[in-house]
Amino acid sequence: MKALVYWQEHHGRLFVMRETILQTRQLGKRYGKRWAVKNLNLEVFRSDVFGFLGPNGAGKSTTIRMILSLIKPTEGATEIFGHSLKSHRSEALRRVGGIVEKPDFYQYLSAYKNLEIVGALSGDVKRKRIFEVLDLVGLSDRATDRVKTYSHGMKQRLGIAQALISDPELIILDEPTNGLDPQGMKEVRDLIVHLSRDQKKTIILSSHLLNEIEMIANRMAIIHNGELVVQGDVNTLLDEGEKYVIVHAEPRQKVLSVLNRQKRILKNFSEKEGRFEVIMDFALIPELNKALVGAGVHVRALIPRRSLEDLFLSMTERTT
Amino acid sequence: MIRLVYYELIKLFFKKRTYIGFGIVLLIVPLVEVAMKLEGGRFLTIAMRGLSRDFLFFGNLFNGWFVAHQIMNSLWFHIPLLISFVAGDQLAGEATAGTYRLILIRPVSRTRIFIAKYITTLIYTIGFVFFLAGLSIGSAVILLGSGDLIVVLRGILILPEAEVAWRFLTAYLLATWTMITIASLSFFFSSFVENAIGPIVATMGVYIVFTVISFLPVELFEVPKKFLFTYYLNMWQKMFQDPVPWNEIKTGILFMGTWTLAFVLSAWAVFVRKDILS
Repeated sequence: MKALVYWQEHHGRLFVMRETILQTRQLGKRYGKRWAVKNLNLEVFRSDVFGFLGPNGAGKSTTIRMILSLIKPTEGATEIFGHSLKSHRSEALRRVGGIVEKPDFYQYLSAYKNLEIVGALSGDVKRKRIFEVLDLVGLSDRATDRVKTYSHGMKQRLGIAQALISDPELIILDEPTNGLDPQGMKEVRDLIVHLSRDQKKTIILSSHLLNEIEMIANRMAIIHNGELVVQGDVNTLLDEGEKYVIVHAEPRQKVLSVLNRQKRILKNFSEKEGRFEVIMDFALIPELNKALVGAGVHVRALIPRRSLEDLFLSMTERTT
Repeated sequence: MIRLVYYELIKLFFKKRTYIGFGIVLLIVPLVEVAMKLEGGRFLTIAMRGLSRDFLFFGNLFNGWFVAHQIMNSLWFHIPLLISFVAGDQLAGEATAGTYRLILIRPVSRTRIFIAKYITTLIYTIGFVFFLAGLSIGSAVILLGSGDLIVVLRGILILPEAEVAWRFLTAYLLATWTMITIASLSFFFSSFVENAIGPIVATMGVYIVFTVISFLPVELFEVPKKFLFTYYLNMWQKMFQDPVPWNEIKTGILFMGTWTLAFVLSAWAVFVRKDILS
């Protein structure tokens, strides 16, 4: 199915035909009286790195499980590559790979054997392809070792390898950086960027970390309490609404004096709980810093914030 | 489908628990046979002490066939346990390990995966029963020689040596049929739960309760017990009667088959609708 989307680029406006490869319509899952996911309408286009964001317990994994047919939806429908997941499951999932939550394997078998089994279920996967994906995730030298000897990071990478085994066009990764150290997180992020940029894969990436999505996704959706909060282009969404800078500085009187004088830099400001929230363009932060320091203010922090971040942080705080 | 079964067999036979049953049989059968050989027929004398006053026995009655028959009689409670140990793990084991998430997101339908797993369970069950048969009969005949088979049950029956082999073969085929029912019951419980211990305990629980009802001489159970699969569990023993009660055996085969079908279809209905939350 083709969808016409309006694409804004800095040098002008273009109409771009983009192919919708995954769409959920009014998707919902109820457990007893509680709706884990409700009325969810997602749309993922070809070549998207689609960030699926939400605090823990928001319904991300339930949604991904429904998309990958692990859970039957209570209502609504999913279409992948134009095939209904309900009536044409095999066709819908033929070009899809994924990880759901932490990747688990047959611990008593080698990584190679695990991938051979997964490959047999995914189509005609050759030995060469198994080594290709193991090489891609840096595990080819441990291919014959039993998975139970693997570290958490290695299992996570093997999880990505199994998602790629059938060379899918759509890859769904449910919190792939969970439990990894910063280096491991960076490696996974780099791999996702490589898959998207160099191999032209479409990727759905769920996360509870906004900055992670901001770093690698071009489109995103935020889900909270099972319902869609917002969906769209990452930059557009983050640029929408107010931008402000939180100023931690002292003494208070000098800060107030500077802020009252800098009408050119800032639009407005308010004082909350011993800090200042200054509505302004982020590009002018160095100028504000210069003015504050020049007036003898001791600046402890200038933190740029956007309303979407606030929204997301407030959701996260409520659930942690 | 052959490929799916092949990989299910790889998963099964790379797992240590698969060999527990084989290990136990491999240990217990030769142990019993050697012990019986060392006893030198005292076991048979004790079993027939009431009859030896009225009958004269000639030939080698304490032979491999007799011992193999005794082993077959004594293991009928333990073999279901060992089979449920593997059959109960077939579906629940994937849930416990979290590997449903690995295999059920593929374009292969759940029904095909279910069939592959069930065929694997059947292969294990058949293989296990025939391993027991081969080991117990083969080693017993090698160790104690061949001869007529004396069957001491309600009375005494001596089956000529020429008939014994086919009777054993048919008895083991019937035993396999009954064990398939037990495996299917365990497979059925396995489709519900996410822990492999549950199906084993549930299978043995049903097995014990049904067996008690089936063999308790109580008026109240006379009619219902004929509908329980446990009532026909020992139908293989009828192969050592003369004449063989084929009609009773046919009824048993039919009942066991019906129960097996009911267990498998119920397990399938649960499996294809199951939400994978593990």
